[in-house]
Amino acid sequence: MALELNNNEYQYGFHDSEENYAFKSGKGLTKDIVLSISKMKNEPQWMTEFRLKALEIFYKKPMPKWGDTKLLGEIDFENIFYYVKSTEKQGKNWEDVPKEIKNTFDRLGIPEAERKFLAGVSAQYESEVVYHSLREDLKKLGVIFLDMDTALREQPDIVKKYFATIIPSEDNKFAALNSAVWSGGSFIYVPPNTQVEIPLQAYFRINTENMGQFERTLIIADEGSSVHYIEGCTAPTYSSDSLHSAVVELIALKGAKIRYTTIQNWSKNVYNLVTKRAVAHEDAVVEWLDGNMGSKLTMKYPSIYLVGERAHGEVVSVALASGSDQHQDAGAKIVHVAPNTTSVIISKSISRNGGRASYRGLLKVHKGATNVKSSVKCDALMLDEHSRSDTYPTMEIDEKGVQIEHEATVSKIEDEKLFYLMSRGISEEQAKLMIVNGFMEVFVKELPMEYAVELNRLIELEMEGSIG
Amino acid sequence: MAELLNIKDLHVEIEGKKILHGLNLKVNSGEVHAVMGRNGSGKSTFSNTLMGHPAYKITKGQFEFAGTVINNLKTNERAKLGLFLGFQYPLSIPGVTVANFLRQANKAIKGDSVSPKEFRKMLYEKMDDLEIDHAFATRYVNDGFSGGEKKRMEILQMAMLEPKLAILDEPDSGLDIDSLKLVAESINKFKKKNPDVSVLLITHYQRILDYIKPDKVHVFVDGNIVESGGPELALELEKKGYDWLTVVK
Repeated sequence: MALELNNNEYQYGFHDSEENYAFKSGKGLTKDIVLSISKMKNEPQWMTEFRLKALEIFYKKPMPKWGDTKLLGEIDFENIFYYVKSTEKQGKNWEDVPKEIKNTFDRLGIPEAERKFLAGVSAQYESEVVYHSLREDLKKLGVIFLDMDTALREQPDIVKKYFATIIPSEDNKFAALNSAVWSGGSFIYVPPNTQVEIPLQAYFRINTENMGQFERTLIIADEGSSVHYIEGCTAPTYSSDSLHSAVVELIALKGAKIRYTTIQNWSKNVYNLVTKRAVAHEDAVVEWLDGNMGSKLTMKYPSIYLVGERAHGEVVSVALASGSDQHQDAGAKIVHVAPNTTSVIISKSISRNGGRASYRGLLKVHKGATNVKSSVKCDALMLDEHSRSDTYPTMEIDEKGVQIEHEATVSKIEDEKLFYLMSRGISEEQAKLMIVNGFMEVFVKELPMEYAVELNRLIELEMEGSIG
Repeated sequence: MAELLNIKDLHVEIEGKKILHGLNLKVNSGEVHAVMGRNGSGKSTFSNTLMGHPAYKITKGQFEFAGTVINNLKTNERAKLGLFLGFQYPLSIPGVTVANFLRQANKAIKGDSVSPKEFRKMLYEKMDDLEIDHAFATRYVNDGFSGGEKKRMEILQMAMLEPKLAILDEPDSGLDIDSLKLVAESINKFKKKNPDVSVLLITHYQRILDYIKPDKVHVFVDGNIVESGGPELALELEKKGYDWLTVVK
């Protein structure tokens, strides 16, 4: 018997008691809260000032006038906890991590993943990173993989050099909010000509009702190096809305390669408003692999600025909008600044059960960026009549002789295909799932095996009961 | 020989349009029947109806397969009973590999799950029989395949799924003579290995019957079988065309 996955049955919808939390800020956002966050973290003066300046920008900036303005308008900034610290101390070893928190991680399968192939875990529980390990061979390579708070303490110079250089607080209201109250997130620095063979991973999790999570991630791949970072999200269900607003900055220096993979599976009451941006210098490659399965409203457009010659950028995204209370507004932005740069955007969206999936994209070619090649492909699959799919592609081309391919399709599961698969003994439900999985394959095949399996399972869960 | 398929007075319509009018047909285990007819004579309606296409509505009559009335069975349930339809126009399933597709189909039909290693061995053997490159196992189902490749894929699926009755809807259409020979030989090979399997070979041309010897030949005109006979009937059709039968009707 197939069950519809709803809020009450959300797979990861367990949560432990909040009584043991070390610190929880009051609701609402004031200068005092920002100051106390910075003080508690014992931050240098420049960061405190940065936060306060960002807070002013946040107050002044209007809400975005595009995207899902209706849902955005429902966010009540006065009714959100901006900082929760779940334990006093960060556990360096697994043994030091409190039992309750361990139980939660156990159910998410984190220790097992660790045993298998984790290079380092930065498991964000609430706003503070509680567990963080780095395998010895990474240390030997000189790779720095820390939570952002620790990085600020231990690597102040390099953090100060790059922090907020790609996404300034002025960028948008939510980037300003993050800049004011950020906590946790990952910091990675890969030294020149160093290849990190194993994906670095972090798990994020929201636990407290009405708690905003504002992690801040900064990855720097120095010249000729390469790194793959994986971020997977899952959150428990609560009755009122949570806000998640991260800022992620990637810097790929000359000849470097960064791949950033996200599987986002927030529960369906989470606002996921994330700013992700990368710069790719000469001969560098940046790839965003962005999977959006959960949340109430996601607005996220990973972007790449191709600032050095021959740089290459790629954004492959999938979105599943399931149910009338879910809107995935996702896409990509590529900005060609330098000549001979190339880019690929592949966007796949699935909407079902009244869900809404939007592709919003920007392709910009600056004057002087000659011999640019770009390919944009957006495919939408709609599983029923009640669902919705929109495409908002924008192109700003200020240079001649650029090669741009653009293709957009909207399709549904054809009866003839179902008949074909069913004539081979495959049930209708399985056939639909097969077609959906096939549709997402371009994304899934890029994932490490464990993630591919997990994602296929998530899709299967979502698809259960899809036959009316 | 045991009776495998028994169709009695079958009436079928699609979107209110009557296509089949009181068709009767019996097929015993191990027999090869050729169903011949012009385009638009109802041959594909017939094959789709047998496989349970939801757009085709049975308004009267019934058909039994292996002793079970299957009028109301879903397509996948019919496949599990041992019916197979080789499509005239096979569909592409982007993102789903041939190997994955066949493994799931195999599991659905045979119920058992052979190890991936055994399965691959079995798949490669059948691919060799059909002179299909092993690389096709990891390609997406019919995605970017040529006409001939698609037709051979259908026969590969038949060989893998080992049905009791294979309905082959124009396995010869669009093939050059070499591909046609290859497809016919592999059907024969499959038939030789599985002598109890029955084949309903739906075709427009007599050509494929030079390679596959039918036990019986039926001629379809305007949604019904108007003439049945032995292999000689196909030759007669080749000589005279379909018009003389239309006149008879």
